[in-house]
Amino acid sequence: MSYVMNLGDTEIKMDSPAPLKKPETLPDPTITEPKISVRDLSFYYDDNQALIENSIDIANRKVTAIIGPSGCGKSTHIRVYNRIFELYRDQKATGEVYLDGENILDPSVDIIELRRKVGMIFQKPTPFPMSIFNNVAYGIKLHYSVSRNELAARVENALKSAALWNEVKDILQRPGTSLSGGQQQRLCIARAIAVEPEVLLMDEPTSAIDPLATAKIEELIEGLKKQYTIVIVTHNMQQAARISDYTAFFYEGNIVEFDDTSKIFTNPAQKQTEDYITGRFG
Amino acid sequence: MKLRPKFQRKLVDNSVKVISTISAAVGIAFLVWILFEVVSRGASSLNIAFFTQPTAPPGIEGGGVANAILGTLIITTIATFIGVPVGVMSGVYLSEFGRASMFGKAVRFAMNVIMGVPSIIMGMFVYSFMVVTMGRFSGIAGAVSLSIIMIPVIARTTEDMLRLVPDSLRESALAVGTPYWKLTLSILFRAAKAGMTTGILLAVARVSGETAPLLFTALNSPYWPESITQPTANLTTTIFNYAMSPYADWQEMAWGASLVIMAGVLATTIAARSLSKES
Repeated sequence: MSYVMNLGDTEIKMDSPAPLKKPETLPDPTITEPKISVRDLSFYYDDNQALIENSIDIANRKVTAIIGPSGCGKSTHIRVYNRIFELYRDQKATGEVYLDGENILDPSVDIIELRRKVGMIFQKPTPFPMSIFNNVAYGIKLHYSVSRNELAARVENALKSAALWNEVKDILQRPGTSLSGGQQQRLCIARAIAVEPEVLLMDEPTSAIDPLATAKIEELIEGLKKQYTIVIVTHNMQQAARISDYTAFFYEGNIVEFDDTSKIFTNPAQKQTEDYITGRFG
Repeated sequence: MKLRPKFQRKLVDNSVKVISTISAAVGIAFLVWILFEVVSRGASSLNIAFFTQPTAPPGIEGGGVANAILGTLIITTIATFIGVPVGVMSGVYLSEFGRASMFGKAVRFAMNVIMGVPSIIMGMFVYSFMVVTMGRFSGIAGAVSLSIIMIPVIARTTEDMLRLVPDSLRESALAVGTPYWKLTLSILFRAAKAGMTTGILLAVARVSGETAPLLFTALNSPYWPESITQPTANLTTTIFNYAMSPYADWQEMAWGASLVIMAGVLATTIAARSLSKES
């Protein structure tokens, strides 16, 4: 039960995050004005600690990839950024996660507005049980008061940004579940960007869909990073190498190494990182 | 090593098959028998007057059970209007908010207990707190006792159906910034629609055939229902009274009323089944 005491002792700091302190052995990618700054983030499932004092800076309008073997805490880590973990009573996070300088773990943060700003794409596409149009319109209606025409225009824009418009423009009234897996995942991306978020969290977004659909989504991410800050968890190291600007390697709840993607994949500083990316374990 | 004799294994195998088939046949045989009996005896009393005239006093020819049909519809409708919202919302509590809490566990246990309580006890209970205080039997007291029977059935089916909705759907709805109440109403209800409707229809079908809870509450009446604060005619108590009476024409009418109720329950159940198949 030690974490409960930790929770009580943690002061909630509303001022800007401290500069990123790294162990001496680690290189430090130069990220000026990060979109998200994580400081000493620990995470617990009941009494099991899953993240150990993670600290990382997420660059604005770049793609940051999180890699590591199964169970290392990758998904757990990004599920703190929009506080989605709070759906489950037994899960707790301590430490600080700053979004534009505001600690989003502070209980006074408006969680609905936080989730509008920080969208999430999940491993399995999960269209809502409603039409394609309403899947995208749902979030817009939730956060904005718009006229019917404007709503239709925004839905169209979101579907175009998700590279899905041409495939669905004639079947907008069909149920979202009638689409193929890859299309459903792009529908979920459209749904997420329709509410004009600033950050997109992607939790293994291509692991449940076929290679062709994966290629489409990777292409899409390339375009989306002009507008959004993207954090992607992936099992696929080639994918991380292809699409990300920065890469963090997680192992057993620790951030072992965080650097420019090119450096991580060509010249990692840590033996563990090297072993993982060369396929010696994981 | 000596092999076990095949004969014994085959004998056991076949007897189990035969015994279970016979048991299954007994179940369906009774249903067919009841259906046949009710239809053959009840059909002859169905005529225009049966569906349009109120019950006639003993010794007077003719009359129908129209007042009882109307009364049953009224009582069941009111019971539904009380039982469905309370049942559905308790189901939501059990599935979404009180899943692991002590109160949630207590409520779930209480619901399971109430489901097993004989329905006549609901009637006696409502008699003691409504009929006695109001000073008379009333349709509304009947509706309340039926709704108490409905609530746990609907709450538990709603809970089960909502629990079948995967958490991934909850997460993705919350992730676009849905408040929890809206997640429940616009996403979970939609996803669990077919199952929840089935549960509600089955609960309605079940209470519309209940007699015991009405004996002490709605009682019965030979007149058209005028006010729900008065004793109200209803089909099941009418069947009870008519079947017990010494008059042959009343007994025949009881068969007719049984046919009407059975057809109603059967239709509701079939509707519920077809709905659950659609999903």
